[in-house]
Parts: sequence; C-alpha cells; structure tokens
Amino acid sequence: MTTLAAIATDKVFALKGGIHPQERKTLSNTTPITEVPLPSVLILPLAMHLGAPADPVVTVGMTVRKGDVLATAVGGISAAVHAPTSGRICAIEDRVIAHESGLSAPCILLEADGEDDWRERHPILNWREQPVDELIQRLRDSGVVGQGGAGFPTDVKYRNKHKPITTLLINAAECEPYITADDRLMRERADEILQGANIAKHLLGASTIRLGIEDNKPQALTAMREAAKRLGIDMRVSVVATKYPSGGERQLIQLVTGQEVPRGGLPSDLGIVCQNVGTLASIYRAIQLDEPLISRVTTVTGEAVDAPGNYEVRIGTPIETVLNQTGVHLKKADRVIMGGPMMGFALPDITAPLVKTTNCLLVPTRKELPRPMPDNPCIRCGLCEQACPVNLLPQQLFWASKHRDLDAAELHSINDCIECGACAYVCPSRIPLVQYYRYAKGELRNEQEEQIKAERARTRFEARQARLDKERLEKEARRKARAKAAADARAAKAEAGSGEPDAQDDAIKAAMARAKAKKAGAAQATADLSRVDLEKALELAATKVKKANERLIVAEQESPDMVPALRKALTKLEEKHRSAQAALESAAQGTRDAADPKKDTDS
Amino acid sequence: MSGLNLTSPHVTGRLSVSWVMGWVLLTLVPGWIVLIVSFSVGYAINMVLALLTALLAEALLLAWRGRPVVFFLKDLSALVTAALLALALPPLAPWWLTVLGTMIAIVFAKQLFGGLGHNPFNPAMVAYALLLVSLPLYMTTRWASPDFTLSIADTLAVIFTGQTPIDGATGATPLDVYKLDISRLTSTEVLQSPVFGGWVAEGWDVANLAFLAGGAVLLWKRIITWHIPVSLLGGLGIMALLFSGDADVRTPIDLHLFAGATMLGAFFIATDPVSAATSNRGKLVYGLGIGVLIYLIRTWGNYPDAVAFAVLLMNFAAPLIDHYTRPRVYGHDKPVKGFKND
Repeated sequence: MTTLAAIATDKVFALKGGIHPQERKTLSNTTPITEVPLPSVLILPLAMHLGAPADPVVTVGMTVRKGDVLATAVGGISAAVHAPTSGRICAIEDRVIAHESGLSAPCILLEADGEDDWRERHPILNWREQPVDELIQRLRDSGVVGQGGAGFPTDVKYRNKHKPITTLLINAAECEPYITADDRLMRERADEILQGANIAKHLLGASTIRLGIEDNKPQALTAMREAAKRLGIDMRVSVVATKYPSGGERQLIQLVTGQEVPRGGLPSDLGIVCQNVGTLASIYRAIQLDEPLISRVTTVTGEAVDAPGNYEVRIGTPIETVLNQTGVHLKKADRVIMGGPMMGFALPDITAPLVKTTNCLLVPTRKELPRPMPDNPCIRCGLCEQACPVNLLPQQLFWASKHRDLDAAELHSINDCIECGACAYVCPSRIPLVQYYRYAKGELRNEQEEQIKAERARTRFEARQARLDKERLEKEARRKARAKAAADARAAKAEAGSGEPDAQDDAIKAAMARAKAKKAGAAQATADLSRVDLEKALELAATKVKKANERLIVAEQESPDMVPALRKALTKLEEKHRSAQAALESAAQGTRDAADPKKDTDS
Repeated sequence: MSGLNLTSPHVTGRLSVSWVMGWVLLTLVPGWIVLIVSFSVGYAINMVLALLTALLAEALLLAWRGRPVVFFLKDLSALVTAALLALALPPLAPWWLTVLGTMIAIVFAKQLFGGLGHNPFNPAMVAYALLLVSLPLYMTTRWASPDFTLSIADTLAVIFTGQTPIDGATGATPLDVYKLDISRLTSTEVLQSPVFGGWVAEGWDVANLAFLAGGAVLLWKRIITWHIPVSLLGGLGIMALLFSGDADVRTPIDLHLFAGATMLGAFFIATDPVSAATSNRGKLVYGLGIGVLIYLIRTWGNYPDAVAFAVLLMNFAAPLIDHYTRPRVYGHDKPVKGFKND
C-alpha cells in the first residue's frame, strides 16, 4: 500500500484510584512465542465461553481433521468448538474443567493422530466485497471469543446494532502483573492484529481505530505503529500510565475517551466496541485464513517455572502437559493460578484443559506469593476507597457483606464492583474483601431468583383461585336455573290441578301465578330445611360476602386485572346472601302459619 | 503443590495495621518532645503511665473477651489511643487521672464496643471529655507554665504524691487566659501575660508546628488524606475570620490555630478513621463540622479548648454524613443518597 497512514497520539484522561503492584513482566516477555508440542489427547469443554454450551455434532469413534467443527453454537450467545488437530473422537464425557470449584463439565476428547492434517480452508481475501452478515457468520462458525478474560462470543458484538458504532478500541493495556501474552503477540504479530482490526472496523462501520496501551510496553507499541504504517491503517494511540486496572474494558474507555459507560449499559452506548489484541488476531485468522480458534498464546510464568515465557498452545491441551513442557517444578510451586495474580484463580486440579480464555498460567513459589495472613478488623482507614477505580466505598460494602445486609450492599452499588481486587491489595488489615463482595453478590442473585420464583408462584395461585371461583359461580348459576325451572313446572302443575272454573289465560294472571308458584316453591324448598340449617346457611353466606369484599380490596391494590371478576363474584354472593335471608324469613312465616292454621282458612 | 483453593487477589500490598499505627506514633514524637522541653517532663511521665495502662487494660479485656491477646496487642492501636490522651492531659495532673482516663478509653470507649474498628467514638476523646466534665479542677489548673520549670523530682512529687505545685509552676492554658481576661482587658493588656510569649503562645506555637509537621508526614505516607485536616482548619479559620475580627472582643485566629490542641486535633485526633466519616466528601463535611464546633464551643461555650467535644459531636453525625455523601459510582448519573435505594 502506498497511502501514508496517519498515526495520531491522543491525550489520556484520568482514571480514579488504581494500584501499582510489582509488574514482574520481564520474567516472561523477553523470549519469543514458542509452540507447546501436541499432546496425545485434547480435552475440549463444550462451554469455554460465556453463554450456552455448544452442541456436539460428532460421535465417538469419528475421525476429524484439524479445524473441523466438533460442536456448534446454540442460540444467540454461544460459540462453536473445533478440532485443534486431526484425530479420532475417543469420548464425549464429563471431565474436570478449569474452574475454582474443580467442577466437571461435558467435554469432547480428541485423540491426536499426529498428522495435524488441516481440513479444506476457504480464505476470504476480498472481505470488503463480502456481505457483512456472511463475515459475521464466519466469526460465529469459527468459534471466535474474546480472549481478554470473559470469553464473550465475538460475533455478538458485531450483531448488536442498537447504536451506531464510531470507534473500534483495541485493548492492549494488559494491566495485570506477570501477564505478557498480548505484549509478545503485538511485538511478533502486529500485522495480524491490525488486519483483524481493519476487518472489525469494516464490520462495525466504525470510522476510527484507537489503541489503548500501557506505557510499560514500548516495543509492542513500536511494533504496532510500524505495522499500521506498513499496512496503511489510520490509528489513534493513547499511551496510558501503567496502573492496575487500566485494562478493564470500562476503565480503558474512561482513560481513552474520558467518558463512562452508563450504568447497566454497554460500551456500544458510547459508540465504542472494545476488542483485545488476541481476539483481533483471531478475527483475522478466521476471515483471511479460514482458521477457527484452535490455539492461543498463553503466558506461563512464576518463579517455579524454569522457562517462563509465552507459548502457543492448542486449545484443549491439559494444563499439566503445558506445565511439564515449560519446566514447571510442581514441588516448588505453591499453587497454579489461571489468569493473573489480581483476578486469576487457583486451580484445584491441573488435569483440566487449557481453554480459549486462558491468558496466563502463573506458578508462583510460596515465598513469591505468600498465603494470606489472618486478617485484622477493618479500621475504616479508607485506603480501599482511594484505590477503588469505580468510586465505590469498599469499607461500607465490606460491613454490609459481612453482616449479610443485602439492602445496604445494594445501596452502596455492590453490583458495580468489578472485583479487580485493588481494595484488598491496599488493605492494611488484609481483609479478603473481594471474597466478601462475591458472597454478597451471590446472595443477592439468589434472593432475586427467589423473588422471581415467588412472584411466579403467586400469579399461578391467583390464576387457579380465579378459575375455581368462576367454576363455582357457573355451577351455582346452573343450579339456580334448574331450581327455578322445577318450581315453575310445579306451579303450573298445581294450577292446572286446582281447575278453577273462571280461570283465564291472560298474561297478567299467568305471571301472578308464576310469582305465587315461585314463592310456594321457595317455601317448599326451605320447608325441607330446619330453621337451624337456614340460619347456618345465612351465616355462611354472610362470611362469604365479607371474605369476597376483603379479597376485592386487596385485589384493587395488587392486581387490578382481577377486579372485574371479583366484583362480579361479590354481586353473586350478595344475591345469595339476600336469598338466604329471604328463605329464612319465609321459613319463619311458614312456621307461624303452621302454628295458626285458622289464619290460612280465614284468608 | 497442593490443591489449594485460594481466590483472587493472590498478591497483597505490604501495609499492615501495625505499620499504620506505628507511623502515627512516630509522627507524634516531635510534638511530644516539644511539649516536654517547653513545659514539663510531666508529659513524659504521663506518656509512660498511659502506655502501660493501655497495654494492661487492652490485654486484660482481650483475654476476658476470649480474643487472641498478642495478635491484637501487636496492632498498636491501644498505644495510639494512650499516646493521644497523654498528649491531651495536663502534664501536672495526678497519676491516677492519667490511669483512670486511659482505662476509660480502652475499657469503655473501645473494648466494650467490640475492640478495634468497632468504637463509634474516639476513645481518647471520650476519656478526655469525661475527665473534663467530672474533674474540672485538675483538668484546668494543672497546666505547666512555660517559664517556670519544675525539677524532675518536684514533678514526680506533684504527680505521684499529691504535693501541691509551687505557685507559678502551674496555670491555665493561653486560650483559657485570653477568654477570661478579654472580658475586662484590651487585647494588648491580655497579651502581656507570660503565656503569650514567643511567637503566638510560648511552647504551644512550636508544639502546634511540630504536630503540623507530623501530620504532613502522615499525609505524605498516605496514611491520612488531606480532607479532614484541611476542612477542619478551614472551618475553624473561616469562623475566626468572621467572628474574631476584633481581638479586643474575642480570641484572634492565630491563637485559635496555634495556641491550643488544634493541630493535634486536626491531624491526629479528627483523622481517627474508625470514628470518622468515610467518603472523601463525607470527610470534608465531618472536618468542617469539627472546625466550626471548635470555634463555637471555644467562643460561646464553657470550655476554653473544645477539640474533644467537637470531635465527639461529629462522631455522632458520622453515620448520617456517610449516607448523604456517597461518591458517584462509575457509570451512574448521580450519587445514591440517603437510606433507600431507587
């Protein structure tokens, strides 16, 4: 390319708080990236990413070639899994995965045949002429996920069109101590990264590529600048001061743009999509080489490692194998940490495989990273507050979490905590603050789930109650109709039997007769019941009316949609109450009449 | 290697509570030495008495409460409380006053509330206020005069045997003198008193500068932030500028800042984090409140120096201040205020 690339350097904005732990980067960033030999069996978890686990499309015994799809993405947020080498599927079963709890999850086991034989590949070289949707689909089919840590499926970021995107921000800060995978990748493969960035910019319809990098990686920055010039890619560079956690997505955006991602929002709300350098290299490989994400660069470092450095490792390689190949003295090691010392977790079982998000395996000696000491009480010194990059009050969150006061924890915005650990780092009382916050967050999640469950149960119960009420009312109405018809029939019969000579057939008389019959019918019906029974019935009707009234009042406040039905029910119940009253009265009348038989004859 | 289940962060800084408390003790030393040299060796005797009493009381209470004694003694917080009290008490007070005060601070104001980190009030100030209210005679008349130095033997006799100090060896503090005398004399006449020798008030001014220097070290070490000292001195200063313009009527600003316990209070007492407000904005409100209250009590109240009462009153207010001064969290439009979430 002959056009001259414009590379501008931007001013950097402030980031509140942060800490300066020992960097220890030179331990691993002085040697080139080397490959870890293929293991005999690769273990490929179906969930190496954020979102739904992939769905296996192979069966045990099948032979696959390098790059073949083993499991496809399911649903909106998911990522496919590919064969890192050629071989035979030897099992699909639960295996221990890299997780804090040592939990097992479904994995595909691939026995390597040693041929490392690629499937047919279809590079898209003229990607500018291809429909954007097809390119995004290619990313999804290639199983590309964010390699900075969370493992968010990359295609989703490009599908999200709720706001126009102006800026692609390359996250090259790599602020965690010890980790140098991005540093080495930029030094050695800047072209791939920038070509990936160019594709990403095209997919987003963005106008600007910006690079956010810490000032402790001058060689990487030079390599990126030179590559940009070589490729004719315009880029704006922000060199931020080395400070943890400047590489957090939201923190880097604040440093580079001076803006904050709104609460509950995404970087795209600011017109920004942020991508880690490793992810961009994977985008390039997926589109231009048709190589799915089957290997990544991982830093293996720590004082218990003979040959600390950066290694290109096939996804699915057992961590034990990686450690053996890089000369780790497991006897000297105190623990194996996946990730960095600030946010990584100690692996309970190193037979777990390396996954797409494994940016570092840190194997420190006990002297290097001492075990936690017993903690002192919090003296509210406020050092944590000065260190918090998101402006929380960590000591207040600590008290709230410790006492499981979840309301107070929410009041202090616990869910905005990014768990960076800066507070725990500076704490003179050495309180494991992040653990308290994780506990409170978990409890809050549980509580919210319980609430949703309870809400669902309540709706279900109310629906059932309404249905039963409706059924009862219908039954009641039918019964009344039947009783009325029977009474009418009886009255008609009685009238016909009396055979009055001057009986006339006009409507008025008939109506009067019907009314009389009804009264007689009612009397007859109630005659079967004793006085006591009737009183009981009246009482019951009264309580029912009262209850219905109460229910109606509650419903008026809580579920307005229930009000009409309840009102209708209440009217019916009131009617019933009245008729019970009438029945009692007429029964009383009947008894009086029976006591005074003369009256009947006199009248 | 073990299957150790440790979680992040795996690396922690080198700070510790004893480091923090150690620096506070260390930075108190210059002011302490100035007080001994300028006034009386009684300050040294008080210090020893208070430190020993504090250690003993803390150990007994910890043992009684079933807490690890050595672990908590090592945090040095009891010593800081004792040191602050020893610096605040009159140097020629009887020995039992110091011992009693320290016991009140450690037993009642600290351990009975739950020990380190759980006391709502500054323990040293609780003890000071209680002594001042209960034993005003000893607390106001046993200050050493700057230009009449008692020998060590006499000082020991005064403190331990109850011997009455020789006339002229004791007196009131400059703030006390000024407040009493200005009602009948002019400023110039009041300032004739020997307690106002030196630059502002002999001995007190240098001690205040020494405490200011100690506080600067704490700031530099980032053990305290600027918010409380600056807002406290600002509050007191503004009040003095507003109401003490006429030195013939009320105590002038230089005496307010350099003739009492102001610097000790601003950098060492009000900054006690346990009982102060937490957020930066909260600390500003808290410090300002103390500064204003110091002026109000000194000027219109019954007590010549008012740091203890001002600090205690604002201790009461600290939780409320915390609720209304939360910082705006990243990504939020505005801070969450009050007691209810939206």
